[in-house]
Amino acid sequence: MTPRDDGGAAASGVIPVPAGIQHSLISLRGVSKSYRRGGQIVPVLNGITLDVQRGDFLGLMGPSGSGKSTLLNLIAGIDKPDAGEILVDGVDITRLGESELADWRAGSVGFVFQFYNLMPVLTAFENVELPLILTSLSRRERREHVEAALGLVGLADRMEHYPSELSGGQQQRVAIARAVVTDPKLIVADEPTGDLDRHSAEEVLMLMDRLNLELGKTILMVTHDRRAADRAHAIMYLDKGELSTGGDIHERSVKEARL
Amino acid sequence: MNSIKLIFRNAFRHKLRTGLTVVGLVVAIMAFGLLQTVVHAWYAGADAAAPNRLITRNAISLVFPMPLHYRDKIRAVAGVRRVGAANWFGGIYQDPKNFFPQFAIDPGPYLAMYPEYRLPEDELRAFLRDRKGAVIGRKLAVTHGFKIGDTIPLQGTIYPGTWTFTVRAIYDGAAANTDTSQMFFHWDYVNETIKARMPRRADQVGVFVVQIDDPARSAEIAQAIDRQFRNSLAETLTETEKAFQLGFVAMTEAIVQAIRLVSFIVIFVILAVMANTMGMTARERLSEYATLKALGFGPGYVARLVFGESVAIAFIGAAVGIALTFPVAAWFGAKMGTLFPVFNVSGETLAMQAGCALGVGIAAAILPGRSAARVKIVEGLRAIG
Repeated sequence: MTPRDDGGAAASGVIPVPAGIQHSLISLRGVSKSYRRGGQIVPVLNGITLDVQRGDFLGLMGPSGSGKSTLLNLIAGIDKPDAGEILVDGVDITRLGESELADWRAGSVGFVFQFYNLMPVLTAFENVELPLILTSLSRRERREHVEAALGLVGLADRMEHYPSELSGGQQQRVAIARAVVTDPKLIVADEPTGDLDRHSAEEVLMLMDRLNLELGKTILMVTHDRRAADRAHAIMYLDKGELSTGGDIHERSVKEARL
Repeated sequence: MNSIKLIFRNAFRHKLRTGLTVVGLVVAIMAFGLLQTVVHAWYAGADAAAPNRLITRNAISLVFPMPLHYRDKIRAVAGVRRVGAANWFGGIYQDPKNFFPQFAIDPGPYLAMYPEYRLPEDELRAFLRDRKGAVIGRKLAVTHGFKIGDTIPLQGTIYPGTWTFTVRAIYDGAAANTDTSQMFFHWDYVNETIKARMPRRADQVGVFVVQIDDPARSAEIAQAIDRQFRNSLAETLTETEKAFQLGFVAMTEAIVQAIRLVSFIVIFVILAVMANTMGMTARERLSEYATLKALGFGPGYVARLVFGESVAIAFIGAAVGIALTFPVAAWFGAKMGTLFPVFNVSGETLAMQAGCALGVGIAAAILPGRSAARVKIVEGLRAIG
């Protein structure tokens, strides 16, 4: 991760891009986003500039409404910025049309959501297989990939179980298997432990550690959880649309908790 | 796992809701089929009409007869092959509710003109030999339990008195839409009896059935027949058998139109129910559609899931509804007795039922499918909680 924070100047996007930026998996330049609420335009992100290196595990923290999820959504290509550019592995995803962006997401991004977002009518196996329908893999190849992914998250024996038959932690592990089954470069996780008890949360975080360390996945994780943030290699702190380096993560968390 | 499996699992996710919707569809499709069969039954006579048969009647009205001697003049018209007299008898068998059509006919030419009435040769000969004999259709025989040799007493309404006929032949229909609820007997016998009882009403014919050589010349021959009797006391109106039958339908056109309208209202009502079901379904699954789109599925795929589910539910309802139409129509036809001589569920009705079900399935999914396809991923994901 190359935090482009220089006394707040990076957030305004005025710092020139340093040499070596081409090695970043993710590069944001002057990204802004605002929402219209009740006839008023509310700015959420103000000229964010950020670089994330391949293989990084970056935690995004900040108070509620600070724009963490918005930033994650923009990087994952499920929302579009008002201004600025977002390069992921050399592709400026802000220039992609809806269809191209969908194709790009299918091949490049794995999603882990707070509430798992599994299809309740599909088994664990079928949920993990879902993204592979968009590929040209044969049925046999799909089965191999799914079994490998579920094996990775320790749920090889729960393949035929429906989400309602699994605990929250197990459901989140199925969601992680679904996120990695297409072997994406980037995994985005929005509060992945937010709906889990401590033990399940720990299992999920260990799993994300493994994805990062053993499989080399680049992970962007939004979290309010200090223990979850501790797993990240680096923390970025977002407040009032401005991005800054984490500094003392514990201090930040206490401050955030007070807020 | 494939999309079809996902569609069917989604369709039965809310078993009660889907079950009630399917029940509604079954009732609607079945009711539609039954009402369309009633409409079809109304037109059965016209549908069974042959293009080489003309009907000559009194130009003023069907209730006024024509002199018997017209028969020879009509037979002499170029292009006419056969002519047979036929009188509507209108007798009552035991009770007015036991209605069935009875005709006094010229047996030889008349039956020769209706090859769709199939009767055994020996029974035909027995009928032709017996002046008080009668030919009845299979449906009539089954309805009242008549068999060969039975006597059928009829209380005359147009021709007063009690008339007794002996069943000498039972005919079957060559096609499913052949009317086998009728009774025929000798016009000569009826005429001779009338001559004795009411001489002034003798030698009068209700209609002449005319068989022609070339159906393409029907208009020309009809005009030639009517020209023969222009400026006479009983001018004639000759038309094709189909036009003649449609004339009867036209008398009750408003009822037919009302039945037809009701059948489509039934479909419209189930469309509203189905659209509501699909609307609720789509609203509940916004987060799932958003998740699918986040995973890389396009709006078209999401819309196809909604359309597929709607069409699948409609298909199940239609299949059961169509299957039930047959026994219900058979029961209804039996209850109606000979009021509807032909009461069969036609291929056209089945196609309309299937078409309506497909239309309902597609139309009900238009708005929900559009919403699902257009859901913004970020907003859809937020909908989860």
